[in-house]
Amino acid sequence: MTTPPRTPSAPPTRRHILGAGGALLLATLWPTPRGRAQAAPRPQQGMLVEGAQGAFAPNAYIRIAADNRITLILPNVEMGQGIYTSSVMLIAEELGIDMAQVDIEAAPPGAGAEITGGSTSVMTEWLPLRQAGAAARSMLVQAAATHWQAKPEECSTRSAIITHVPTGRTLPFGAVAAQAAALPIPKNPPLKDPATYTLLGHSQHRIDSTIKVQGRAVFGMDVQVPGQKIGTVAACPVEGGTLAGMDRQAALAIRGVQAVLVNEQNNTVCVVADHYWAARKGLRALKPQWHNGPNAHVTTQTIYDQLHQGLSGPAIVANTKADAPGVIARAHATHTATYQQPLLAHAPMEPINCTAHVRPDGCDVWTGTQIADRALDTAAELTGLPKDKIAIHCQYIGGGFGRRLEHEYVTQCVQFARQVPYPLKIIWSREEDLTRDRYRPAYVDQMTAALDDKGYITALTHRIVGPAVVARWDPAELTKDGYDEDLSVATVITPYSYPAYRLEFARREAPGITTAWWRGVGGTRGLFVVEGFIDELAHRAGVDPVAYRRAMLAHNPRALAVLDKVAQAAGWNTPLPPGRARGVAVQFAFGSYMASIAEVEMPEPDNVIIHRVTAVVDCGRVLNPDQVISQIEGGLIFGFSAALYNEITLEGGRVQQNNFNTWRIMRMNEAPRKIDVLLMPSAEDPGGIGEVGTAAAAPVLANAMAAAQGRRFRTLPLLSPRNNAADGKEHG
Amino acid sequence: MLSLNINGQPHQVDVDPDTPLLWVLRDVLGMNATKFGCGIAQCGACTVHMDGQAVRACNLPVGLIGERRISTLEGLDNTDPVANAVQAAWVALDVVQCGYCQPGQIMAAIALLRSTPKPTDEQIDSAMSANLCRCGTYMRIRAAIHHAAGALA
Repeated sequence: MTTPPRTPSAPPTRRHILGAGGALLLATLWPTPRGRAQAAPRPQQGMLVEGAQGAFAPNAYIRIAADNRITLILPNVEMGQGIYTSSVMLIAEELGIDMAQVDIEAAPPGAGAEITGGSTSVMTEWLPLRQAGAAARSMLVQAAATHWQAKPEECSTRSAIITHVPTGRTLPFGAVAAQAAALPIPKNPPLKDPATYTLLGHSQHRIDSTIKVQGRAVFGMDVQVPGQKIGTVAACPVEGGTLAGMDRQAALAIRGVQAVLVNEQNNTVCVVADHYWAARKGLRALKPQWHNGPNAHVTTQTIYDQLHQGLSGPAIVANTKADAPGVIARAHATHTATYQQPLLAHAPMEPINCTAHVRPDGCDVWTGTQIADRALDTAAELTGLPKDKIAIHCQYIGGGFGRRLEHEYVTQCVQFARQVPYPLKIIWSREEDLTRDRYRPAYVDQMTAALDDKGYITALTHRIVGPAVVARWDPAELTKDGYDEDLSVATVITPYSYPAYRLEFARREAPGITTAWWRGVGGTRGLFVVEGFIDELAHRAGVDPVAYRRAMLAHNPRALAVLDKVAQAAGWNTPLPPGRARGVAVQFAFGSYMASIAEVEMPEPDNVIIHRVTAVVDCGRVLNPDQVISQIEGGLIFGFSAALYNEITLEGGRVQQNNFNTWRIMRMNEAPRKIDVLLMPSAEDPGGIGEVGTAAAAPVLANAMAAAQGRRFRTLPLLSPRNNAADGKEHG
Repeated sequence: MLSLNINGQPHQVDVDPDTPLLWVLRDVLGMNATKFGCGIAQCGACTVHMDGQAVRACNLPVGLIGERRISTLEGLDNTDPVANAVQAAWVALDVVQCGYCQPGQIMAAIALLRSTPKPTDEQIDSAMSANLCRCGTYMRIRAAIHHAAGALA
């Protein structure tokens, strides 16, 4: 699987050849004699191509060559969520092609690449990709109709062939590609009636399934550039520290080691070798020593203490409705609970890696990134090269989960690569990946409700204490008051409506650690807190947790529908075998509704068997139903893993968890016995799905465990000793 | 120079004998289907077969392999019914998400079905729990193994 370097300054010969061919072929019109087809063999479905050209290129997403080769250029990156398949479906549906006819290219930065995150891909692609397909179809049909001296409305398209229905004449798209290219691009092409969809709404196989089961998909880790060397890195294990010393000669004495590099900030070393094992041995021999710097004293408790201290004192009022504090002050009954959540690592299966070749006249970067534009910017800044001399080659990502919304590893790789003449692939060990991650923040949340005489909410106050991730990641998005609106997901934005409400945010940035986005972002934090608290109130009121939520959702038919359906599907009102208990959660996040029920058994206080999870999803119009189900199944398991087991801890400023023997990931024998996902039919615009299951995992499991044990689980991970009887008792 | 038999082909490699098979496959021979995940035999992304048994390539020093036959995902014989059934089941059920762990999962599943043609859920869990999947495709892996077993029956 060699990905040849593409020199941006190289003449675009393929375009010229195909362009000329297109003109020539148009003069005679397709079909050409078979012997003249000189095109390279098509890549296997799902393999990424680069720099596709075509006689017809009506927009950023579609290239159709005169030989009828169709390339779709996809704006969001594939990291498991199935977006390449959905994107192709959106265009193919309107364009009139088969999915199997398509080659795919990852959109390069500056030419259509989007940020891939926040479960937004389908929401942002839904209209433009259909419009792109419809506009292209309309131009191709017009070109064919002109050739036939017929009316466009007499033509149909299917499998990239235009048929003049009255006469049965046909032309492949490629035959009219150049003619179509000369036509004006329609601004508002008519879109298909969804009732006539043949792809959208019908489960399609993933276009990357076959190459992934054959081991042919090229991840960043698999990039092979001729002449490349392999480097592995060690950054100072304490944030803010610097290199104090190292045994360069010992490293260079290891067979296969080529170079020892240090970055400009003097806080990261890189040992370069012929292969990873030599680099790894070289790094061990190098024995870098560190000045630990100002964060040498940071421990996990430092972080938790500052969060709990933030529960009193000043805070930003982020959202307010009526006089919630006043109602609470006058209420006969109130209920308060404090929730705590830990730092979390991403730990995608593919450890962080990046390959770069920096030359005087150009720079190529091969990597998996959710944010290709920033990768381009950092390469331009570091090399001083103009952006058109830099190429970012986006690869398949072996798990994103937000990790690859960071691009510091691209910066790091380019910094080292510009010190050497050859292409350099940097591979982080799993230890480096876990201890130098950028972590999901720890948070403390406190909620207080005023309750009426039946135990329902008359006012709610909520204080979030923690970092504002957006302040570092995209400072312009921090509100002028200093609020990070991501925190409103599943917190302000919920299926419920309260008579009086107040949300406060006390910002506390964690010392000695960089915090970042993690699958489910604010929704994962918020849903655990809010759905846990609602569950507490139901138990306090002596009302069934489903019935309690139903009473709060009378105004919200979509939320009520998923809740009712999940209660029925999971048999909520049916008896359970002895020792088992059920928990429920309802959500509206990322534009989608879901209700879920978990059925658990806890033979011992630290042993949770998840027998069954049932989820009902209303994500608006479903594009690829089986992949929505797949995302919910996987998202739940990803979330269960963190909810049960995971907490990054710090001692002396150093992260303590460094591989899968100390960072526990749910295994098959620990996964739910059964997950049933039901989809609600809907004609609403599609919502997001990649983070929906993960957001539900902790609350639905915590609520089931609370039912099983008769104590609340307000601290993550759920198996933390903090959830003991004293801390977890129901209190008002 | 060490001699290795990989996918039925002899290979001579000039590396230290403590070099794990994984890095000989990936960085010396350019065979990338076998993945790096942890380096300490905790995740199974590097699962290959040695004399038909599933082993972890990341902590298998090449100096200890000797004459034993190594098989990797790219060397699967396309006339092998078990390999075909497993890969076909994985596609039929769209098991993969990011796909990075799946070469290891597939090699583990093939080894399981060769020794246990009709595995129960418990036998599947027992054989497959050494292979992590961060995307959480376990439900579909389990179903795909049953599917493949059914196709082979």
